[in-house]
Amino acid sequence: NTFLPAATVDRLSFHNLQELRHSASLATKVFIQRDYRDGTICKFQTKFPAELDSRIERSLFEETLKTLNCYYAEAEKIGGQSYLEGCLACATAYIIFLCMETRYEMILKKISMYIQEQNEKIYTPRGLLLTDPVERGMRVVSFAKSQDGPAGFGSPSSAHSPARSNQLSP
Amino acid sequence: MKNREYQQIDPQALATPTPTPPPRPLPEHKPRRARRRWEVFPGKNRFYCDGRMIVARQSGVLPLTLGLILLTSGLFFIFDCPFLVKHLTSCIPAIGGVLFVFVIISLLQTSFTDPGILPRATPEEAADIEKQIDNPTGSSSSYRPPPRTKEVVINQQVVKLKYCFTCKIFRPPRTSHCSLCDNCVERFDHHCPWVGNCVGKRNYRFFYTFIVSLSFLTAFIFGCVTTHLALRSQGGNGLVFALQASPASALELVVCFFSVWSILGLSGFHTYLVATNLTTNEDIKGSWSGKSGNEDVGNPYSYNSIIKNCCSVLCGPMPPSLIDRRGFVPSDDSVQTSPVEIELPAAKNDINMCTQGTKGLLETASRSPLLTSSCPQAKPQAVLEPLPEIVPEPPKTPHKHHSHHRSKAKQSTHHTPKTSNSSPRPHHSHSSRRKDSKNRDPKFSSLR
Repeated sequence: NTFLPAATVDRLSFHNLQELRHSASLATKVFIQRDYRDGTICKFQTKFPAELDSRIERSLFEETLKTLNCYYAEAEKIGGQSYLEGCLACATAYIIFLCMETRYEMILKKISMYIQEQNEKIYTPRGLLLTDPVERGMRVVSFAKSQDGPAGFGSPSSAHSPARSNQLSP
Repeated sequence: MKNREYQQIDPQALATPTPTPPPRPLPEHKPRRARRRWEVFPGKNRFYCDGRMIVARQSGVLPLTLGLILLTSGLFFIFDCPFLVKHLTSCIPAIGGVLFVFVIISLLQTSFTDPGILPRATPEEAADIEKQIDNPTGSSSSYRPPPRTKEVVINQQVVKLKYCFTCKIFRPPRTSHCSLCDNCVERFDHHCPWVGNCVGKRNYRFFYTFIVSLSFLTAFIFGCVTTHLALRSQGGNGLVFALQASPASALELVVCFFSVWSILGLSGFHTYLVATNLTTNEDIKGSWSGKSGNEDVGNPYSYNSIIKNCCSVLCGPMPPSLIDRRGFVPSDDSVQTSPVEIELPAAKNDINMCTQGTKGLLETASRSPLLTSSCPQAKPQAVLEPLPEIVPEPPKTPHKHHSHHRSKAKQSTHHTPKTSNSSPRPHHSHSSRRKDSKNRDPKFSSLR
């Protein structure tokens, strides 16, 4: 019973998501690769690709990527909290990983919200769609350029929640 | 009942003018359920509990490992502990119990956790990488072009990143492709047949806990059994009498004697690897030991402090699994020939879609909590961005017989053994494969 009203709402917002994703799958994609100069930590290259030159200002792009890199650095930081988490996990034979959400996962959720916000405010009005690297195995940050120019991707605001909840469930 | 309700809702909006409107227009009698991504996963892995648990397709000798541990520990608790509790202290079964629990839990976690598998590149990514690579020899599809490498400087060391032709990605540093599992695994250590899985970034700490606790357990059981037999043979009775009185102890003694050396050796070796932040793979290949005569080579990932290395490897943050196992496969992929999810006629009316959708939703809701997979629309349905183009490779022979499975020592496949060991382990790998289906452990239904 409780599914019915939610389903209707989901259905309608899902159509928006479908439009968005469908047009994203037809768009050309620009991939930002990983930067391995600091080792195996997750960091993306901040070099501005030429293909985005016509669509977005360099400073906005760099700002987004630097913030993403900061988030990932914080997630992978080896410091007090991660030691505590690790030692506690070891002492409980790692069973707490089954019950508790790790710090990394919490930060990934924050990143996902940040990307959604950036898409709404900055990228979609310019006809770009930024995808979360976690959906690509953390290999690339991909920008989808709509073929129709700035109007290409419509409104993503209500569209992200179904897919997000799908993505982040273990 | 359902049909009647369905017709009452919106009979005129059905697009197909069939006299008896079937709930599903396709000739199948039941709706094709939405498939989860683990069902189309291209690597050679097996999944249990609807994608929550992952193992390599070849479980190797995991049943044997489990069986030996359970058997030896069981015999210890049943036959040796009563005597020792009576004559010594009741701490003995307590300590043994704690060690046993640690061993079993860490073994199962090592076996059933995703080791850090990298998902394969989407076609767009692969095409993008191809564009960036110069192929001076021209495009000839009949032979594989020479291996592509990219160089990157990490911590003043030049590291070569190789291109993986199977996964179509440039492998990140320390990543290697496991041929048994057919996956690229991050921080690849080795593929362990004893646990039936690769050991990589995400499960290395479980593996290390397993071998350390197992070495403590075997040493502990060995010590206790020796004490037990010594106590029994006191008073002029002799060892033979003691063995006759407790024959199970003889079996435990044999198993423990042969395994304690190999497992202690393995633990020692991995402690060295942890302290220097190396992987077995790098150690065997001699990536950083300067074998090529280059003195400037050193491990660029090491923090040059044993404590920091240990902490970063064992207590570092736990990265999440990058392969989406439980998500749903969109229906527009090339794998399926007809639409997946719930088939309903392509209707133009939104209300109709909603009401028809809810029927399908109620059905899928009984199967899974996710509601987003069954939108009845004529357009291609993309739940997530295109991962669907990954066409699963047809599974090859599921039970390849690898000669190294029959090796007696644990580390003979991984590295040169530190100690000589020839434990006479019985070769039960054939029968053990039949038991694979029984290995679904209900305790760990949601391991990552």
